[in-house]
Amino acid sequence: MATLQFDLVSPERNMASAVATLVVVPGADGELGIMPGHAPYLTTLRPGIVTATVDGAEQRFVVFGGFVEVSPSSVSVLAEEVHPFSELEPHTLEERIKDAEEAVATSDDDDVHRHAQHLLDLRTLKSYRAQA
Amino acid sequence: MPSLKDLKNRISSVKSTRKITSAMKMVAAAKLRRAQDAAEAARPFAERMESVLSNLAVAGKDSPSAPLLLRGTGSEQTHLLLIATAERGLCGGFNSSIVKLARTRIQELLAAGKTVKIITIGKKGREQLQREFGDLMIDHVDLSGVKTVGYANANEIGAKVISMFNAGEFDVCTLFYARFQSVMAQIPTAAQLIPASFEDSEQSQDEGAVNYEYEPDEEEILKDLLPRSVSVQIFRGLLENGASEQGARMAAMDNATRNAGEMIRKLTLTYNRARQAAITTELIEIIAGAEAL
Repeated sequence: MATLQFDLVSPERNMASAVATLVVVPGADGELGIMPGHAPYLTTLRPGIVTATVDGAEQRFVVFGGFVEVSPSSVSVLAEEVHPFSELEPHTLEERIKDAEEAVATSDDDDVHRHAQHLLDLRTLKSYRAQA
Repeated sequence: MPSLKDLKNRISSVKSTRKITSAMKMVAAAKLRRAQDAAEAARPFAERMESVLSNLAVAGKDSPSAPLLLRGTGSEQTHLLLIATAERGLCGGFNSSIVKLARTRIQELLAAGKTVKIITIGKKGREQLQREFGDLMIDHVDLSGVKTVGYANANEIGAKVISMFNAGEFDVCTLFYARFQSVMAQIPTAAQLIPASFEDSEQSQDEGAVNYEYEPDEEEILKDLLPRSVSVQIFRGLLENGASEQGARMAAMDNATRNAGEMIRKLTLTYNRARQAAITTELIEIIAGAEAL
């Protein structure tokens, strides 16, 4: 079965590096699944969950901000902040939601859409977290 | 001539100084290793970020709608200098060398009639610059309570810089720090953060051959990544600075330990001579006394 190299990098260190068969990332225009042989592609990240299928098992990470670089044989996720999904503390999320709410309330027309989207993503993430 | 007792006291005091400096050297060596590891671990992210950004930037630089962070404001009147130094002293010329570089730059800018604003990171740099340029300082970042510099610290500084830029408070931003080359050599460096400058290296042109599909589009991605890149660069500078500081401290403490050893050797020699002289005098007195009988 074809595979691709999956790297998850935060500014502080390399969080994960594995050979995966499928990687799902929260791209700027929606979730996208990346399989081997994907066209070269570059997109920014929304707050969300990166899921990598490695040896049939799913690895899940929560990412905030950054970008994804895709080539036919590799996926590099460069995220500003990365937490393994199981280790995500509820309060880090709460703080971000609070900040985002403030940003929505204070921003002007141009930015309000972006901030609102950000808030929405965070809330979705929170509900995921609650289900888990 | 100092008495025997004085000499003994001095020897023991230099000995305890040597103990302290050699302990500090050991601590610095351990911290240096950690700081180097941190700098190494941060490299992949910064390098990829840079390669992606330079790809995008080369393509988008001439477009009139390119983000201001890339294009600059079109003026060079107001300069913001971020001066990163250590929180603690006893590290040889580390702080002074950064401050020296910054001071030269400030004087040049002032002489050219530019407006200079200074943000200091780290207590030592502020102390050294306060007297001369105290009125130019607009802020200070205190990292004394921070054990290991995390990305969050850098991001906070980055966010502040970006919001100032967006408010039009400066045109050009430069970061001063010491690049770590080896334990013996740390190179004070000035890196321009805003407007972003990328080397049009061959590498970026090679990679330009890969035609990425961008989503949303190049400009949007640039807009999103440029502010982040500022934080990443600050983070990188702080890590380099941390490694440099420990390297400088290690070298300084190594020197101090060696000097203390040398001093002990000399003092012990003087002490032994003085003792021998005292014994000889005593003997002469006894012999002279016996002969007189």
